[in-house]
Amino acid sequence: MAAVFFYLFSGVLIASAFGVITARNPVHSVLFLILAFCNGAGLFLLQGAEFLAMILIVVYVGAVAVLFLFVVMMLDVDFAELKQGFQKYLPAGLGVGAVVLGELGFVAVGWTSAPSAGAAAASPILAHVTNTAALGQVLYTKYVIFFQVSALVLLTAMIGAIVLTLRHRPNVKRQNIDVQNARTAKTVVELKKVPSRAGV
Amino acid sequence: MIKAIVFLPLVGFLIAGGLGRKIGARASELVTSGLLVACAVMSWMVFFNVALGQGEAMTPVLGNWFTSGALKVDWALRVDTLTAVMLVVVNTVSSLVHIYSIGYMHEDPHRPRFFAYLSLFTFAMLMLVTADNLVQMFFGWEGVGLASYLLIGFWYEKPSANAAAIKAFVVNRVGDFGFALGIFLTFKLTHSVTFDEVFAAVPGLAGQTIHIFGLDVDALTLTAFLLFTGAMGKSAQFLLHTWLPDAMEGPTPVSALIHAATMVTAGVFMVARLSPIFEYAPDALTFVTIIGATTAFFAATIGLVQNDIKRVIAYSTCSQLGYMFVAEGVGGYSLGIFHLFTHAFFKALLFLGAGSVIVAMHHEQDMRNMGGLRKNIPFTFAMMMIGTLALTGVGIPHTELGFAGFFSKDAIIEAAYAAGQHSHAAMFGFVSTVVAAGLTSFYSWRLMFMTFFGKRAEHGAAHDHDQHAAHGHDDHAHDDHGHAPHESPIVMLIPLAVLAAGAVAAGFVFEPYFAGHAFDEFWKESLFLGPHNHILHEMHDIPAWASYSPSIMMVLGFLVSLYVYILRPGTAQALARAFPGLYQFLLNKWYFDELYDFLFVRPAFALGRLLWKGGDGRIIDGLGPDGVAARVVDGARLAMRLQTGYIYHYAFAMLIGVAAVVSWFVAGGMR
Amino acid sequence: MIIGLTHYLVVAAILFTFGIAGIILNRKNIIVILMSVELILLSVNLNFVAFSAQLGDLTGQVFALFVLTVAAAEAAIGLAILVTFYRNRGSIAVDDINSLKG
Repeated sequence: MAAVFFYLFSGVLIASAFGVITARNPVHSVLFLILAFCNGAGLFLLQGAEFLAMILIVVYVGAVAVLFLFVVMMLDVDFAELKQGFQKYLPAGLGVGAVVLGELGFVAVGWTSAPSAGAAAASPILAHVTNTAALGQVLYTKYVIFFQVSALVLLTAMIGAIVLTLRHRPNVKRQNIDVQNARTAKTVVELKKVPSRAGV
Repeated sequence: MIKAIVFLPLVGFLIAGGLGRKIGARASELVTSGLLVACAVMSWMVFFNVALGQGEAMTPVLGNWFTSGALKVDWALRVDTLTAVMLVVVNTVSSLVHIYSIGYMHEDPHRPRFFAYLSLFTFAMLMLVTADNLVQMFFGWEGVGLASYLLIGFWYEKPSANAAAIKAFVVNRVGDFGFALGIFLTFKLTHSVTFDEVFAAVPGLAGQTIHIFGLDVDALTLTAFLLFTGAMGKSAQFLLHTWLPDAMEGPTPVSALIHAATMVTAGVFMVARLSPIFEYAPDALTFVTIIGATTAFFAATIGLVQNDIKRVIAYSTCSQLGYMFVAEGVGGYSLGIFHLFTHAFFKALLFLGAGSVIVAMHHEQDMRNMGGLRKNIPFTFAMMMIGTLALTGVGIPHTELGFAGFFSKDAIIEAAYAAGQHSHAAMFGFVSTVVAAGLTSFYSWRLMFMTFFGKRAEHGAAHDHDQHAAHGHDDHAHDDHGHAPHESPIVMLIPLAVLAAGAVAAGFVFEPYFAGHAFDEFWKESLFLGPHNHILHEMHDIPAWASYSPSIMMVLGFLVSLYVYILRPGTAQALARAFPGLYQFLLNKWYFDELYDFLFVRPAFALGRLLWKGGDGRIIDGLGPDGVAARVVDGARLAMRLQTGYIYHYAFAMLIGVAAVVSWFVAGGMR
Repeated sequence: MIIGLTHYLVVAAILFTFGIAGIILNRKNIIVILMSVELILLSVNLNFVAFSAQLGDLTGQVFALFVLTVAAAEAAIGLAILVTFYRNRGSIAVDDINSLKG
């Protein structure tokens, strides 16, 4: 049974990956990407990493892919065919690809896992703990520094993105706090003696 | 005292050259001329002491120049009779030229430089004549060559002057190369360059041969021959003579000093000084005689048709130098020096007189535009007349009456005849000197008649391409004053008078010492005569017709010249039209310049261009800096092709890199 | 058949290849490149999780989590750059982006 789901998930995953890179319409590309992520999440579920699978959906599909979609919609992107320049690099690309494939073959065939590897696990998966709880137990104790650092990475990314794309519109009103704080009564308030019935 | 004589001109050069701008032209003139007059007076004192008197010849050593293995060269000043004679000649003429130049160069803005160069030349010449070894002589040799270059090209704004200066230097260099080879050979044979040691070793080398280029040649003959090539260059003998007429581009005092009296006589002096070597190399002496005889004849033929007054006198100098070498070639070294001595006086007189004429004519040098000047400049006329009489050798044979050239020239001709009894070369020398005597008389009187007699041609009527060269240069010395020719200032006339006195008297006063019975007491050890050299006795035993022949030729030349130029004016032009080929041949100096241009100058330029553009440019620069730079650029251009700017190309490169690294490890792991 | 480690590795390799191909052979627009990068990262995550399941070691999943984080950050920045670039250049066709040409 697991095999069927495996082949289903991996088949769709590969097909949608192909679709990402070959779709004419960029929106279709993004949608294919979302499909790929979902199927990847399915594969993760099959291997018992359910937290990771859910996080994949939430973060990747819910945030990153949506972001992609926003950008694709925002930019005026043309549909475009795969150009003919493709042909020039095909032989070299195929060559390199063949080399890499050959090596992968070597590794896949000639490699076995050491028998004692399983006993040397740094953070063994315990049977009675859920995946989420297990991850939590490891993440906030052994890898807490990495956790904090990755938070910093996210902060940096956020700041960076804002800095890159923020445009000050000319006629949008905004507050300038420094100016406001530096204002004194003398500069803004003026006492005028107004005679009665005369007006200002 | 000898140190003072040699080094005072150097002091003059340093003062006028270094401080000339500060102290001004007047002071430069006076300092240099004053120092040279002092030198001249001291030279006469040395002459009276060492040559005429009983003073010992001495050789004060000033210090070591360099020592390299077996070669030891000192700075030493050799003073013997030969030196004393040369000192007198050089310093007297040089001091008179300095004084004359005060007047001649009066309006030239660069006077300090001129006087500095004159003093430098004098210093170098004095080093040459007082040299005690070949290397020091070579130093003086090169020094006078340098001074000649500087002085010929004195008016350096003129391209023709620069070209003439370079020509003089380069042609001299050809001769100097032979001279240097001769010095090397001398050192190789005798292991010394000091005169005393070389002369002592020479008799032992007689008959020794050296093997060179597959041939066995007599060592001393080869040495003497090589040393003589230096003399050929410096003294403008046949084949290396082309620079002398062009040297007339320099100011006239320079021509008088360097190209009449002193520098060109350095070759003659050198042969006399090296008489011990030449006496043991009879073949070399034969060569000297032939060259001298050829030069005497050939230069005289060219002088017949020249129109520039200075060039006539220049060719005359060339011819007279040939006479001196004929004398030395037949063994009469003292006769050659005698003629050098007298020639210095009358040739300098002629040159300075010509300078006076040129100044009077407002820098006109073409004789066709002159005429009738004896009324305008009578003193110059008288001086030049004396010079001409001396040059042509006017005198009464077998008496003591005659001008200077009479004694010395006739002595040479007699000696040539005497030697001609047992040498074909000497007989050739006799014939050519006698013929040249006639030609000399002709062109000297031609010069006098065209310049001082007859009617003045319109100014500027005759021009040829020489004229454009002539017109430019002397303009520097004076402005055109625009009125009739007048006599030169007294500062220019006094040297003429002194030289005229020498031209008259030098012959009969000094004849016994140079050619007569007082020979041995006079010369003492300074000239060497080999065991078979009896020329001074033989020359008195020649038949009467031979001893009258120079005077006969002189009179003949005078009469022909008189006919052509005075009695039947127009004959010269008619003759030129009748024999156009011959006329052009002579006028163009036997086409030697064109021949050398074809044989040497053009191939040299072509070779130079080949080596420059092809060798230097294409090969060295191409392989070296330019080539490397171009390859760097090519490499950069290749590298540039990797930088396309396209992300996917970069990613592809990354992928290739990853594949390579993985392959490396996989291959490394596959053992 | 039993789905073993090798199957997952093969799937991950294929995904990786598609990602690389998308970067190199893409001529259309930059967004596809960014999406290809996401594909590559997904394949890597798949690898990590497969090994984690095989070895019984949670370290693989922890690392996959971090990869996820960084991938998200990188996608955000990449898109920000893209937007800025588009604002300045008006085009995101890959062929037009060669200002760094040497």
